[in-house]
Amino acid sequence: MAQIIVQNVRKEFGAFTAVQSSSFTIEDGEFFMLLGPSGCGKTTTLRMIAGLELPTSGEIIIDGEEVSQKPASKRDIAFVFQMFALYPHMNVRKNISYPLISQGMPKAEVKKKVEEVAQILGIEKILNRPVGGLSGGDRQRVALGRAIVRDPKCFLMDEPLGALDAEFREHMSEELRALHDRMRATTIYVTHDQLEAMQMGDKIVVMNHGVVEQFGVPQDIYDWPATMFVADFIGSPSMNFLRFHGMVGGGQDAVELNGSRIAVPVSRDGAKGDLALGIRPEHIRLSDASGYRGEVLATEYLGTNQVITINTANGDIKARVPSTQSVQVGEKVGLEFDPRAVTLFDTESGRALLSEANERVLSHG
Amino acid sequence: MTYSVTEPSDRQKWIAGFLVIGYALITLMPLLWIIATGFKSPADAIAYPPKVLFEPTLEGYVNLFTTRTRVTEETLASLGEPTTWYDRIVRQYDMIIAGPSRYGERFLNSVIIGFGSTFLSVFLGTIAAYAFSRFRVPLKDDLLFFILSTRMMPPIAVAIPIFLMFRQLGLNDTHAGMILLYTAVNLSLSVWLIHGFIEEIPIEYEEAALIDGYTRFQAFYKVVLPQAATGIASTAIFCLIFAWNEYAFAVLLTSGTAQTAPPFIPTIIGVGGQDWPAVAAGATIFLVPVMVFTILLRKHLLRGITFGAVRK
Ligand SMILES: Nc1ncnc2c1ncn2[C@@H]1O[C@H](COP(=O)(O)OP(=O)(O)OP(=O)(O)O)[C@@H](O)[C@H]1O
Ligand SMILES: [Mg+2]
Repeated sequence: MAQIIVQNVRKEFGAFTAVQSSSFTIEDGEFFMLLGPSGCGKTTTLRMIAGLELPTSGEIIIDGEEVSQKPASKRDIAFVFQMFALYPHMNVRKNISYPLISQGMPKAEVKKKVEEVAQILGIEKILNRPVGGLSGGDRQRVALGRAIVRDPKCFLMDEPLGALDAEFREHMSEELRALHDRMRATTIYVTHDQLEAMQMGDKIVVMNHGVVEQFGVPQDIYDWPATMFVADFIGSPSMNFLRFHGMVGGGQDAVELNGSRIAVPVSRDGAKGDLALGIRPEHIRLSDASGYRGEVLATEYLGTNQVITINTANGDIKARVPSTQSVQVGEKVGLEFDPRAVTLFDTESGRALLSEANERVLSHG
Repeated sequence: MTYSVTEPSDRQKWIAGFLVIGYALITLMPLLWIIATGFKSPADAIAYPPKVLFEPTLEGYVNLFTTRTRVTEETLASLGEPTTWYDRIVRQYDMIIAGPSRYGERFLNSVIIGFGSTFLSVFLGTIAAYAFSRFRVPLKDDLLFFILSTRMMPPIAVAIPIFLMFRQLGLNDTHAGMILLYTAVNLSLSVWLIHGFIEEIPIEYEEAALIDGYTRFQAFYKVVLPQAATGIASTAIFCLIFAWNEYAFAVLLTSGTAQTAPPFIPTIIGVGGQDWPAVAAGATIFLVPVMVFTILLRKHLLRGITFGAVRK
């Protein structure tokens, strides 16, 4: 198992840049999520780590060795493809033993290893079946079997649950995570599902348009997004942006929105122009005491919670409040924002302004 | 494609059966006639009205494989009793067997040239198609179009230039020349067909093999080839059928050592009157290799011709 360092890696396809100078580090034994919308370069990044695509520039260091220009077969990694890519002309046992045969492992040992892996995954019974008739879950397990049988330095998985239906996804994602916790193998997992990333990952890197927007533990990314894109992409409903024109100086601890003073964490940055105050729906309270008001446009009942859409002078926002609180559509309500949970953004660059609250998370890069 | 949800009724099945069998009979009739003619005597072969029932004889086959000379009755008498069944057939016509005919050689030429060019077309076609499908080949689409465009002219339009080229290169009437020519003609077909089949094989299989520690060649050989086998087999059949039956170039470019069976068979007619049974026998035997080849590969052919619909 190994640590993986991706350093200033860049990939161009002709004139098109799929991945722009990206850097992040995956620690030994981590379950690492590569998250982003479709077309943002997740697969390309993963394929560069695997050696299926060579980076245009930059370094990839696996287990202390620079491998960016080495072929896949020399990197000792395992890859689980989205469609599993089980060899259709071989049965389950052959599929799993295939990576061992390439190493020239003696037959008896291969057999032992395959059976060991089959037992871990609970697929002993289907070892001699052709892969053609297998269910999605079993295909997934065989694909995993082929990956773990060889004890590679790390596992790379490209939306491995993408081909399964919703119900089964959940089950498999738990199984996967449990398997990881048992084997403690460095794993990079690609997904476009932010919920999956938050649930499964030890760490997440969020990409957009080939750029690494942020990288860190799920909680930090959720609470302290580095960019408006991350703030918007993660969480459901996503973070609210109250847009305003103004100025923030270092040391300032409040901003003025439509004539009301709103407390924010002490700013460490200065900015001027089009700004946005970011606040998650659950950090908004309805309070008659507040001078900042809006009109309720809609309510959505979600069991213990309800999500209320409110029109304000700074745009529509959503608040998540207890269902016990009665709210009528058309009603004017006062809004209170938890000052410890506010992030200010410069809307032009999309970047978060450093503050006392988020500097721990954002200042390292 | 849509499928009827309801089972056809018995009556529909009968009608369908009759239609299929009727159609098969109509299309097979000329073939059956040729096979039958091969076993007729020359007189029966040209009898009018045509004979459906006749006494079978191997005369046609004997005539096909031998050359015969007419001899005087005294000579015939001096030879004593014929010792073999084919001698006996020939003697009825006051003739003796002078030696083997050239049919065997021509047939062998057909085998060498047909299978040789098929192998080459499929081999080159496969590696070219693989490269087109998997690598970033500069001007790929133009090249593929160019390869296809070699098919756009009727072959006979290029016959004269090819004839002159072959004469210049000393390839006239050589096996190598004919193999090269048929390979060149078939290559466009094989590149395009096999390209289609390889395109259908998800690239992930090879990538999985690369990651499993195999070289690209091993991945190609052990993962791509087995899956493309169906397509390659059906392509091979198409190539063989063309090379086997090709007539125009063969007439033009071969006359002796490398002559194939198609231009040879008609020349049988000229020897000793219109020997239709021998011609028919030659055509019948000529059919066998392609038929055997097709039957051997028919499992692949049926799957291959549906062009991937049944795969997976
Ligand atoms: N071989 C290639 N040649 C040209 N462009 C490519 C190639 N591979 C990927 N791209 C482009 O690079 C961009 C990133 O692709 P990539 O597959 O990495 O996205 P992704 O984040 O994995 O998206 P998805 O969630 O849809 O799988 C896309 O715009 C894609 O069209
Ligand atoms: Mg992808």
